[in-house]
Amino acid sequence: MAAQTVASASTDSAFGPASALSCRECGERFPLEPLFACEACFGPLEVAYDLPSGDPETLRKRIESGPNNIWRYAPLLPVPADVASKPNLNPGFTKLVKADNLARELGVTGGLHIKDDSGNPTHSFKDRVVAIALEAARTFGLTTLSCSSTGNLAGAVGAAAARAGFRSCVFIPHDLEEGKVVMAAVYGGELVGIEGTYDDVNRFCSELIGDPIGEGWGFVNVNLRPYYGEGSKTLAYEICEQLGWRLPDNIVIPIASGSQLTKIDKGLRELIALGLVEEKPYRIYGAQAEGCSPVSTAFKAGHDVVRPQKPNTIAKSLAIGNPADGPYVLDIARRTGGAVEDVNDEQVVDAIKLLARTEGIFAETAGGVTVGVLRKLIETGQLDPAGETVVLNTGDGLKTLDAVAPTSRPTATIRPSLDAFRAAGLAG
Amino acid sequence: MSATVRIPTILRTYTGGRAEVPAEGGTLADVIDSLEQNHPGISARVLDDTGKLRRFVNVYVNDDDVRFSEGLQTTVGEGASVSIIPAVAGGC
Repeated sequence: MAAQTVASASTDSAFGPASALSCRECGERFPLEPLFACEACFGPLEVAYDLPSGDPETLRKRIESGPNNIWRYAPLLPVPADVASKPNLNPGFTKLVKADNLARELGVTGGLHIKDDSGNPTHSFKDRVVAIALEAARTFGLTTLSCSSTGNLAGAVGAAAARAGFRSCVFIPHDLEEGKVVMAAVYGGELVGIEGTYDDVNRFCSELIGDPIGEGWGFVNVNLRPYYGEGSKTLAYEICEQLGWRLPDNIVIPIASGSQLTKIDKGLRELIALGLVEEKPYRIYGAQAEGCSPVSTAFKAGHDVVRPQKPNTIAKSLAIGNPADGPYVLDIARRTGGAVEDVNDEQVVDAIKLLARTEGIFAETAGGVTVGVLRKLIETGQLDPAGETVVLNTGDGLKTLDAVAPTSRPTATIRPSLDAFRAAGLAG
Repeated sequence: MSATVRIPTILRTYTGGRAEVPAEGGTLADVIDSLEQNHPGISARVLDDTGKLRRFVNVYVNDDDVRFSEGLQTTVGEGASVSIIPAVAGGC
């Protein structure tokens, strides 16, 4: 596969404004095909665009008149213009919750918002990325949708495949949380538990895609990864639109592979370049669990390479010990003046309960990581509480009940009588 | 020592399309030298200008990521399986 003549956006309408795949490391360009690594240097490929030019107000109005899902941003995504008419889960446009109670608790004075992606069709942000990968799979004529997953993605792929009429076969570590296993299996596709960690699953999938068995397969986070990752840009678009087309000062984002964080940054820079938001400094913060913190370890040590770790944390959706986009996360945190921080499992559980108690939002463990890290960043003076801050909750707490079940029990169990209620000390 | 090396799709232009090729050597560095002798040009795809593994290449000897062991000096035993895999897969 040599670098070939690159299809132009004008001749390849299946990918809308996308013009090529471009290597993030060496800049080599490739056609819009199911490729994910640069032949020259193994660097990750990402989608390059000829983004719309012209009056920002016209584009803003066009977006605002679009559907209440990610397809309102179709002019900025590698999808066809008629994407909304195709069978897809149509995720996105989830709530941006003003979190005044949590802000008071944490001492945030500049405004605090939770971008609550548990509201997506399969209750995690993964529906966004899968929606884009699904469209690419359809265009490439692939027939089986697959992935390596820490749980949320497996469910998102299974559901999207069911809706769109694809076969699905997804791979997970064998010891995932029950809620995620059930949610991955219920859509009727094949679900395969692999005896090993997520990194072992990922390695297996990378080998499978190179084998004849994998012909016709679209691994959303392997050979469709450049397209898939673009779905996370929609988080940036929505946050800014929901703030009234403004950039926040601080964003706290969970890190698994780091792709989501890099794509949110890409989305913010696109909005600035298009004139859809006014340019100003913003800081991006990455959040990890201490038991799987290769990126925060590298950040704190001042390194620009990430040494892999063997994960051991309750935040299983973030338990990627060898994060593919780790080096780019370091670059972005340093470029924007942000940081990468981590919290231990006890702090994760405390933060899940804090968010639930203050805002009525039940986050999965990844949300506990971001809220816990926000608290730590404020306490250690790394994040200015006078800035307007957005924290991501990327999944639903119902999927990770085990994390909080031991400490979230009935206050009392009593006979159905007023006397018993009083005796339990609950009468106020 | 004789090992079997699994070649990723993007390097198969160097191996005539073959997904697995034999190589000789007692360490990973030796195995890559052996690959280069039989498939000229492949070494520069796996190693950077300073002779280190490129940062977006994962190499496994049997089931072990060499970054957890001795890197290019990792021992490759008789009959070992070496896998070269792009690192950019996976995740969210």
